[in-house]
Amino acid sequence: MDFELTDEQVMLRDTVRDLLGRAYDPETRLKVIDTDLGWNRDVWRQLAELGVLGLAFDEEDGGVGAGPVETMVVMEEIGRRNAPEPYLDAVLVPGGLVARVGTAEQRQRVLPALAGGETLLAFAHDEPGTRWPATELATTAVLAGDTYRLTGVKNPVPHGDCADQLVVSAALPGGGVGLFLIAADAEGLTRTPFRTFDGRRGAQLDFASAAAELLGDGGDARAAVTAVEVAAQASLCAESLGAMEEAMRLTTDYLKTRKQFGVTLSKFQTLTQRAANMYVSLELARSMSLYATAAVADGSADQVAASRARLQVGRSARHIGQESIQMHGGIGITTEYPVSHYVARLTAIARTLGSDLEHLRVLTDRVGEYNLVEF
Amino acid sequence: MKLALSPDEVTFRDELREFYRTKIPAEIRDRVKYGLELSRDDIVTTHRILNENHLAVPKWPVQWGGRDFTPMQLHIWEDEMQLASVPEPLTFNAQMIGPVIAQFGSEELKARFLPPTANLDIWWCQGFSEPDAGSDLASLRTTAVRDGDSYIVNGQKIWTTLAQYADWIFCLVRTDPNAKKQAGISMLLFDVKTPGVTIRPIKLIDGHHEVNEVFFENVRVPADQLVGEENMGWTYAKFLLGNERTGITGVGRTKVKLGVAKEHAAQIRSGRGTLLEDPVFAARVAEIENELLALELTLMRVISNSTDGKPNPASSVLKLRGSELQQAATELLLDIAGPDALPVNTGDIASPGWAQRSGPAYLNYRKTTIYGGSSEVQRTIIASTILGL
Repeated sequence: MDFELTDEQVMLRDTVRDLLGRAYDPETRLKVIDTDLGWNRDVWRQLAELGVLGLAFDEEDGGVGAGPVETMVVMEEIGRRNAPEPYLDAVLVPGGLVARVGTAEQRQRVLPALAGGETLLAFAHDEPGTRWPATELATTAVLAGDTYRLTGVKNPVPHGDCADQLVVSAALPGGGVGLFLIAADAEGLTRTPFRTFDGRRGAQLDFASAAAELLGDGGDARAAVTAVEVAAQASLCAESLGAMEEAMRLTTDYLKTRKQFGVTLSKFQTLTQRAANMYVSLELARSMSLYATAAVADGSADQVAASRARLQVGRSARHIGQESIQMHGGIGITTEYPVSHYVARLTAIARTLGSDLEHLRVLTDRVGEYNLVEF
Repeated sequence: MKLALSPDEVTFRDELREFYRTKIPAEIRDRVKYGLELSRDDIVTTHRILNENHLAVPKWPVQWGGRDFTPMQLHIWEDEMQLASVPEPLTFNAQMIGPVIAQFGSEELKARFLPPTANLDIWWCQGFSEPDAGSDLASLRTTAVRDGDSYIVNGQKIWTTLAQYADWIFCLVRTDPNAKKQAGISMLLFDVKTPGVTIRPIKLIDGHHEVNEVFFENVRVPADQLVGEENMGWTYAKFLLGNERTGITGVGRTKVKLGVAKEHAAQIRSGRGTLLEDPVFAARVAEIENELLALELTLMRVISNSTDGKPNPASSVLKLRGSELQQAATELLLDIAGPDALPVNTGDIASPGWAQRSGPAYLNYRKTTIYGGSSEVQRTIIASTILGL
């Protein structure tokens, strides 16, 4: 077994860590997430130049041909800085679908521009009143002549506000789920942008018989959606881990420096014992996050592996997030102090692509199928 | 990053899996699997079969029966043993005093004690804890005063596990009463049948006799049974306790317990189906299983990083979480048993034996977060050495 990064992966990590560290001190980050866009196009350009945006795509699609371990490395650093750039929402998820489902021509048209940072995508999949996994879609695709027309509401669409082009899921006339490409300014498409409680952006998209291009050959794309979601769940685990590490670091630093009753908080055993519990949660989450990425890297789009990781990471994130605030006291819930932002982000992640409840259900449904639990 | 065993490791695992399941008597393994009490004979029999096949003391130096296994091979050796419900080699011999003698003992001491220790011809017990020196072990007060070729030992030990079966004791004693706490301690080996040694049972919460008090009254111990150097006992004890931590995670054993729990739950009617089909129950199993896998992977990370000899900081998590999950599994079994857990030790009634054992087992397992460095001690280690608090 090998849990270590290669030298190249370490170099990638250090480069991204350095870039995001320079871009986002807490004060700068606050200013950036307050802008309309909510993130920094200059940082995006630098990520493109470093090849980060193309990491996940094959070289013939204009990418770098790296893999899930490399994207994990990047996501962990995004989590550590709480960088608002939509790497997962605009690149990994919609780009992953184009790479999996798109024709050679579509991949050529879409992916190099995505890897180069020239276009932004978003995946419009969730619908009002449903929770992950969204298997029954109310949005429909109707064939009118030789053009598909989409009707329905997609909400929330993460970073749907800034996307140039959208990948949209819809029920196909003959059953199954199809994926479609559509420009964000297409006729019949209305978008309503919003801000999220963790300082990010999204949009609701209303489709009124909007003409869209079928992605790929028109077969049922549910397996591709699942595969990309599993990879995205592993990415969210990695991002959570970076955020948890930083929340933990801020909290231990605070315990070492903040004085109460004439001594630092670290003199109070109640607090140090609880900090130790947070560390236990962190290490268990790290183990499961590595597992999720390794499973994706093995090529198995295994929802059980992803749900195992999401459940542990979700439990750990809740624990570390809540304790981080509690141990900081009042300052922990102020906007100026970064720990509150990490907790907000961890809280949002735990409601993205399934919550603890839904991932626990995935595991619960299978408990009777085997005797000894194993990977 | 590759989270799979190598082909060689798979072969190694499969050979051990076969060995444990064919060479160790099934009735002994069943007693472990279903939580029945093991006799002294069960433990000796198993230990000797393992030793005959060079599997009792693989961590020792090769000269004395060790195998030079890699950390991953050692893990597989232990994990497969647990998954096959094989009683582990007696920990006092294999994990504790053997490695100490091999590391710090004189050649004469090694030749005299290591072969019978490896073969369990001597059953050792551990004389460390005292009534006022548990977690604060360095406060121990048992004295050993040099008198010619002997030491005269006086004092008391407590929580001495399985001393009722033991032949010999390895004992921490204070040889320099004027030295600071840790500095004046030595380690002595002696026969528990030496005049002046009294072993008194302590009955535990589960009704069983597992631990003892041991009293020393002018016990005369030959000076050549001192381990290493006088007043260096603290160093040896720390070395020994370092060995104790690694095997205590118990992931394999907890997996088997959960498997047994599911077997029973599938036989119990509850609501509209079996207990195992009850989604609330199944969710609880899924939670514990998932936490166990997270711990197993953490254990793997520790093992994979230990090749350079440096302990991985995450290893502190193993004892803490491993003991909690052992407790969670015994609690699950108790809850499956439900009201059938109330009667104990009663034949010819409808309450099955496993259910009758589940209450005492649950109560007994409260020990796991206390011994081997309590959970509070583990958290203190994490807070100070890892978090710098």
